[in-house]
Amino acid sequence: MRITCPVCGERDRREFTYKEAALARPEAGADLEDWDAYVHLRENPAGVTRELWYHEMGCSAWIVVTRNTVTHAMLGSELASGADLGGKR
Amino acid sequence: MRVPGKGLYEGGPSVSFTFNGRPMMGLEGDTLASALLANDVHLVARSFKYHRPRGILTAGSEEPNALVTVGSGAEQDPNTRATVQELFDGLEARSQNCWPTVEHDVMAVNDLAAPFLGAGFYYKTFMWPAAFWEKLYEPMIRRAAGLGALSGAADPDLYEKAYAHCDLLVIGSGPAGLMTALVAGRAGADVILAEEDSRMGGRMLAETEEVDGQPAHLWAEGVIAELEAMGNVRLMARTSVAGAYDQGTYAALEKVGHHRLRQPGLPRECFWRIAAKQAVLAAGAIERPVAFRNNDRPGIMAAGAVRAYLNRWGVAPGQNVTVFANNDDAHRTARDLTEAGVHVAALIDSRHDAPGSDLFKVIKGGQVCNASGRKRVESITVRSVAGEEKIQTDCLAMSGGWNPSVHLACHQNGRPAWDRDSAAFLPVVGMVPGLSYAGACNGTFSTAGALREGVEAARAALAELGIKAPDVDVPQAQDDPYRITALWAVPGKGRAWLDFQNDVSVKDVQQAATENFRSVEHMKRYTTQGMATDQGKNSNVAALAVLADATGRGIAETGTTTFRPPFSPVSIGAMGAGATDMGFKPQRFLTSHGVAEERGAQQLEVGLWYRAGYFPKPGETNWRQSCDREVTMVREAVGVCDVSTLGKIDIQGPDAAKLLDFVYTGMFSTLKEGRVRYGLMLREDGFIMDDGTTARLGKTHYVMTTTTAAAGQVMAHLEFVLQALRPEWDVRIASATEHWAQFAVAGPKARALLNGLLDSQIDSASFPFMGCGEMSVMGVKGRLFRISFSGEEGYEIAVPARYGDSLFRTLTARAEALGGGLYGMEALNVLRIEKGFITHAEINGTVTMHDLGMEKMLSTKKEFIGKSLAQRPGLTDPMREGLVGLKPVGAVKQLSSGAHLFSQGDPVERVYDQGYVTSVGFSPTLGHMIGLGFLKNGQARIGEHIRMVDHMRGLDAVCEVVNPVFFDPEGGRLRG
Amino acid sequence: MAELIAKSPCAGLLPLTVGGLTLSEETPAAMTSVAPYQGQMDVLSAAMKASHGMGFPAPGRSTGKAGNRAIWFSRDMALLMGPAADASLADHAALTDQSDGWAVVRLEGEQAAEVLARLTPADLRPSVFKRGHTARSEVAHMMGSITKVGESAFVVMVFRSMAQTLVHDLKTAMEAVAARG
Repeated sequence: MRITCPVCGERDRREFTYKEAALARPEAGADLEDWDAYVHLRENPAGVTRELWYHEMGCSAWIVVTRNTVTHAMLGSELASGADLGGKR
Repeated sequence: MRVPGKGLYEGGPSVSFTFNGRPMMGLEGDTLASALLANDVHLVARSFKYHRPRGILTAGSEEPNALVTVGSGAEQDPNTRATVQELFDGLEARSQNCWPTVEHDVMAVNDLAAPFLGAGFYYKTFMWPAAFWEKLYEPMIRRAAGLGALSGAADPDLYEKAYAHCDLLVIGSGPAGLMTALVAGRAGADVILAEEDSRMGGRMLAETEEVDGQPAHLWAEGVIAELEAMGNVRLMARTSVAGAYDQGTYAALEKVGHHRLRQPGLPRECFWRIAAKQAVLAAGAIERPVAFRNNDRPGIMAAGAVRAYLNRWGVAPGQNVTVFANNDDAHRTARDLTEAGVHVAALIDSRHDAPGSDLFKVIKGGQVCNASGRKRVESITVRSVAGEEKIQTDCLAMSGGWNPSVHLACHQNGRPAWDRDSAAFLPVVGMVPGLSYAGACNGTFSTAGALREGVEAARAALAELGIKAPDVDVPQAQDDPYRITALWAVPGKGRAWLDFQNDVSVKDVQQAATENFRSVEHMKRYTTQGMATDQGKNSNVAALAVLADATGRGIAETGTTTFRPPFSPVSIGAMGAGATDMGFKPQRFLTSHGVAEERGAQQLEVGLWYRAGYFPKPGETNWRQSCDREVTMVREAVGVCDVSTLGKIDIQGPDAAKLLDFVYTGMFSTLKEGRVRYGLMLREDGFIMDDGTTARLGKTHYVMTTTTAAAGQVMAHLEFVLQALRPEWDVRIASATEHWAQFAVAGPKARALLNGLLDSQIDSASFPFMGCGEMSVMGVKGRLFRISFSGEEGYEIAVPARYGDSLFRTLTARAEALGGGLYGMEALNVLRIEKGFITHAEINGTVTMHDLGMEKMLSTKKEFIGKSLAQRPGLTDPMREGLVGLKPVGAVKQLSSGAHLFSQGDPVERVYDQGYVTSVGFSPTLGHMIGLGFLKNGQARIGEHIRMVDHMRGLDAVCEVVNPVFFDPEGGRLRG
Repeated sequence: MAELIAKSPCAGLLPLTVGGLTLSEETPAAMTSVAPYQGQMDVLSAAMKASHGMGFPAPGRSTGKAGNRAIWFSRDMALLMGPAADASLADHAALTDQSDGWAVVRLEGEQAAEVLARLTPADLRPSVFKRGHTARSEVAHMMGSITKVGESAFVVMVFRSMAQTLVHDLKTAMEAVAARG
């Protein structure tokens, strides 16, 4: 498996570590249900999914990878810094 | 025997080797199989289950029969296919799975018991009593049936792993592969050409045909020479591509040392990971046998293999050969043999419309229905319109047609499609992204067709790569059509073998169908067809055809089993290459490691770090004596300990304080410059992630300390917060862990020791508890932090790591002069338990601030990670397990970590579990064992007696629940 | 007063030669990570040029020359190797002293890339990884930095504490490559 890092280009999967689904963080004071969903509830789709990966052995970039869990196709990578995951603040 | 004037190695150097102890001679270029045939050795092995005599069936990696053991002792390689083992001077090979010899194998009685050992016999026979399976049946079966054996000794050989990258990976070097590589190479693409054979050329080495007017193998040599001269083509012979993975990643096994005597430093094998933008499969095809009674007798071989032995190695596997086929291709075997002067008794073709020949007798519409001769075929019985006739023969070349090698194309769960015309499964476009097919593996069997598809595949790949393809003419070559009429099994009595490696017959497959194992996957598992080293390369298609027939379905409908990597066997040694001894994992050594070694310190592995456990003094005979002394030394004088393993993260920028406030539960923006504060950080789910101290070195400059274990995790966490959650903050972080050598200096005489080294003196007023600052240490710019993990007046002094060894030696000498000395992890642990300080033994991922009684450190004045979920009702419930101290008060004076706690009088059962013990140690300060643990509603149960049970260590003790701070609860000592 | 004695990360381990390959330690006088603050990249690069004669390197590239080099070191961070960072850079970037944090070795020889192919998944083919190119990648399970400093010379860096593993794994690979001839 190879992942494209927006900074370094296509690299072997072993340079990266997986975190979880790429979701936007609820704002401070949001309902516990929103937090529960953010931390615990996952879609586990058969198909397209957006995931957070960390280029730990590379440039330290956090990236959002879009890929297909059925075909294993890599559909895109973007820097997490531009993915608006921080929620309202 | 050799045929004069034939073979590519004739006249070359000769090579001596032994087989079953018998010295023999071969030629350089021989495989063990060709050399054995040249020496008229046909019986080389015994079969897996019935111990039937077996010979050499094929000339390639698909060989199911001729498995031998090469070498001996720790270096022995069992299950080596004689067909791929290259001959070298001094090679020692022997038969396996037979006793006492391959000629007289006692276990051959299994063959007589065959009626009881058919498909599924394991499941039916060895059922009762249950205990017998492990004790009797399995060991017995394993001894009787099986392949070669491991030596039982550690493998002394060297294996390596490596990575390669290319624009185009070409798999196979026959006419299709060579042509693909040539076109792509000329275009300037980075090409890797991988060939499992020792020599490139594929079937062109085995045929007597011409390409562009010259013998095919010479044409191949010319192409290979051109490729070698290119700087952009890498030729990898002896390299079997084993698997196709995502995004153009291919695994390949290169045999580096199998074809020569061992030499120091030379790896045996190299396991390659190849990242290819495009790939072309040109893996050729594998000939399949026809099932008939006794078709497994030595001397009965694949027709293409007979031709290969004749044309490549100059060996005739018999002097009176017969051929049995259902296709035109096998007629070439009879032709080549006849032209080489080897007598062909008859060619039996199952087709009534088979072509005739002037060179040899052709029996059209005939079938071989039996073979006689036990250790070598002596005659065959042919059934035709003329009735049955017996023909004397010492070698039968058989061909049921060719199976395209589609394996790699199917490694991502793609299913090949059945093609009725060629009676074969063919790859479907797009089964592996970026992989296309050329030549016989694509069902294109003629040489001209393979060359043409090679060019086409190269052009298509180059177009994908955006590289202009050069003009290349397709060379002239034979373009005979591939004509075949399917024939899988000849009907008749007796056992007709499908899978030679696993002794699976037509009847076994039919029986599986009768017992309703109708799915091809079920049939495989029930009969064991298609398992072991050849993975059914020779037998899968015929077996499923027989199954299709038995279940009244078509072959396409019946389908294939799943193709999985590896294509051919990969040794575990190669996959684990490098991961032995020091290569197992990186080792991290402290700058104090030299001193620790000199003093005989016991090393503890802490993650990848090596840390001194304790420093034994002369006369100390166990670790407890050393540990107790070191603890007392810190409490009474001064101790020095290397704490450089703790993570140090440099945090700078206008928004540095915002980051710290966001990741810690406590407030750090209010921390004054020159001060240190303790903090805990949570995961977003409200549980504790890590703890540590952070020092403010300047207005916008902090340095965060993490625990040793969580250094990497915290760094990734901070990066995540800054990049993903708060990218607008102007903060930069950098790990500085390794730049600093940092030593704890603790004890009543700590300050005295330091003042002997610091270029300006400190006192308690100028440098109070939780103070920090830059400090000149013996002329070197360093840092000093007044923090304590021991409860004594404590400092951590840091200098650039190049001075670590030197400073540690100086500190050691001066501490000893003050009646102190070095202390290790064991003493550090006891000192912190005495103080109730936590480590990751306590913050184990399931623990909250409330559990520690630290809920007051959850700031209400700001937002921080984990804040919301830390307030969940379930995490603030007082009935959760809370941190407590424990001390033994009963007859048993021991405590153990991992033990569980029970209320006295309750049964020791899971449902009554009240908590568990996390850390224990013997406190020389208090004179008894102490422990930390988590107990339901713990803080409210101080004073209660509780039962501690450790079934692992056989401990059962009564403890008193106490305050977790055992020593100096007021903290007067650390404030000095 | 006695002085503290400096010791390099690979002291006692290097140099070594195997066949046509040499492995030696490099000891830059100083190493400083330079991470520009927001919107400061251009100003920083100009300041670097003014004080050190080289700009801030683009991703995967290095600037300067031997003894005075800036290598791209991670997302928005470079490592200044050789000179002590000029104080003026601190106006535009977070500077962190890394002088003693990394073991720095130089691998040289015709087969140097073949040796590294046994340790790193990074693509070091001469056609894509040229002199002056640099990569952060895995080096024998360690976080590493690889810079091509000559036609057949690479500078490889891992954390200082792992110097022994780096030398061991490089030596093993050098021997295996050399043994193939």
